[in-house]
Amino acid sequence: MDIIVCIRRAPTTDARIKPAADGKNYDPAGVNYDISEYDKFAIEAGILLKEKHGGTVTILTLGPSAATKEMRTAIAMGCDAAHLLVSDANHDAWATAQALAEKIKTLPHDMVLFGWNSVDNQSSATGQMVAELLGLPSVSVAVALDVADGQATVDRLAAGGNRERYSVKLPAVVTCTKGLNKPRSANMKGIMAAKKTAVPETPANAPADGVSVVKLDPPPARPEGKIVGKGAEAAVVLAKLLREEAKVI
Amino acid sequence: MSDVLVFVEFSDGAATKAGLQALGAGSTLAKALGGKAIALVIGNNAGELGKHGADRVLVAGGDAVGSYSPDGFARIVAEHAKSTGAAAVLASATPMGKDFFARAAAIAKCGLAADCVELKVEGGKPRAVRPVFAGKALATVEAPGTLWATLRPNVFAEVSGGSDAAPETVPVTFGPGDLKAVVKEIVAGVKGKLDVAEAEIVVSGGRGLKDPAGEGKQNWANLEALAETLGAAIGASRAVVDAGWRGHGEQVGQTGKTVSPKLYIACGISGAIQHLAGMSGSKVIVAINKDDNAPIFKVADYGIVGTVEDVVPALTAALKETLGS
Ligand SMILES: Cc1cc2nc3c(=O)[nH]c(=O)nc-3n(C[C@H](O)[C@H](O)[C@H](O)COP(=O)(O)OP(=O)(O)OC[C@H]3O[C@@H](n4cnc5c(N)ncnc54)[C@H](O)[C@@H]3O)c2cc1C
Ligand SMILES: Nc1ncnc2c1ncn2[C@@H]1O[C@H](COP(=O)(O)O)[C@@H](O)[C@H]1O
Repeated sequence: MDIIVCIRRAPTTDARIKPAADGKNYDPAGVNYDISEYDKFAIEAGILLKEKHGGTVTILTLGPSAATKEMRTAIAMGCDAAHLLVSDANHDAWATAQALAEKIKTLPHDMVLFGWNSVDNQSSATGQMVAELLGLPSVSVAVALDVADGQATVDRLAAGGNRERYSVKLPAVVTCTKGLNKPRSANMKGIMAAKKTAVPETPANAPADGVSVVKLDPPPARPEGKIVGKGAEAAVVLAKLLREEAKVI
Repeated sequence: MSDVLVFVEFSDGAATKAGLQALGAGSTLAKALGGKAIALVIGNNAGELGKHGADRVLVAGGDAVGSYSPDGFARIVAEHAKSTGAAAVLASATPMGKDFFARAAAIAKCGLAADCVELKVEGGKPRAVRPVFAGKALATVEAPGTLWATLRPNVFAEVSGGSDAAPETVPVTFGPGDLKAVVKEIVAGVKGKLDVAEAEIVVSGGRGLKDPAGEGKQNWANLEALAETLGAAIGASRAVVDAGWRGHGEQVGQTGKTVSPKLYIACGISGAIQHLAGMSGSKVIVAINKDDNAPIFKVADYGIVGTVEDVVPALTAALKETLGS
């Protein structure tokens, strides 16, 4: 099975985000990066499929040259190859999907895996857009994935914790979430292998963004709160405040 | 190009709250653009959407849409985006909207402004405001052509009145056999259970509630009782989800659901940056924590310093009294 996993290099979730001087991007000062959280489940899903069915797992990223660090982490976990489409811009999901789809077309693929949502752009869109561009079925927010006889059976986490089951023909696009598996950490052997694996970098065809940012603002500050009181007695006061002052119940 | 097309989500034969909110937002935006709000329903029953702000109501039904399919729903919306020449195309940012709207936008060769919290018209063009980094920043975005956007539930108001538009049946141009992915069955879950991301009130539990299989058993029962009293959905911190105490569909935070209910009650949650990112857009935040230094108190409108053992049942009792009176 030829498996492609699209991973994103994103600020770590503990990063403090401040608008940059241009008022459109964030200020990268002091920001550390990691594989976008959900993409780790996609990497693990790819490796598990390879372990069961044989084949290869190829990592694909659109991002700056620095992203080879995160890509090597994925190789160290057990992936086989990686391609970086180099671009320093923070593209939207539509531009990203076009660049990724163009590359995927040139690679053998039975399964194309994504995270269901990036921790920074949070479009939950890139995987489905790639699927549309490639004319493939997509199932998003997968919590179970199994492949047999050229078909994938995928459980998708829908509203209110419901699980919808899909059976789709390969090649297919699946976006992954927590609960699908437990991403492994890299072992020493993997880390050594990752050092030796070349990550070819090709300039990305910078496609135009589908939606562009005209302004990035910090969220509005919350008004100073108050401590209502201590212990059980405060509950009565709180109930009254919620009804009469906040008017939310 | 001044009309607004709104996909109105239905569940069990009725428009969902989030769907009516999206229609309300679409109606307001259409007025600001000087156009019409066109509701699009996929299924067989259109309800009375004219009373909720729709100037026109399109209904696409038939065998091909008997079960939900992301590519099928996407095709229908993209076709009508084209045929109506809408300036903006909207849906709710629910699990369904998040699944298929990106595919629809891609068919239309457009980007997607996902999970928006504000729509406005600037320079004659629609613009959307969306939280990024789970609310650590707000991005105002625009599109060169049609603006495709999904709207966060509980942020936009429903509108009443409008028209007595009769539903117009529109053809579905494909058959069930043309679909790539169709829901085969619902394998687990409770029908009609409210998603934490759509609930108006969320009661969340953290590690302070302790293991529900051990000493925390009563705490979680108390939390369920509090949620039931308020008609709230239950949320959880990641610590709780990682421990296997609650399902990951309930996780609130940067790597869980981003919520903006009118009331968020955090019980035994410390308020780590990733948790705050996911819930600080809530209208009113209440925190119950035994540590008066817990960071959650920095974002809380109302705090009670105390143990969940003491405060949660007392609050349920007090609320029952208040709500009953
Ligand atoms: C990559 C990454 C992503 C993450 N994403 C998320 C996310 O999406 N959502 C999320 O929530 N976290 C996320 N986290 C985890 C986050 O950093 C915190 O570890 C987590 O939120 C802590 O959960 P908690 O508040 O329940 O537990 P704790 O931090 O352990 O806090 C428990 C709190 O309960 C209080 N307490 C204890 N006993 C009682 C009692 N009897 N009565 C009242 N109060 C009591 C304590 O004072 C304390 O404040 C993420 C972390 C990483 C590294
Ligand atoms: N620049 C990128 N390079 C590779 N994959 C990406 C990139 N951006 C997003 N993705 C993938 O698309 C998923 C969803 O991202 P988003 O649509 O931004 O929520 C991510 O979890 C990744 O799997």
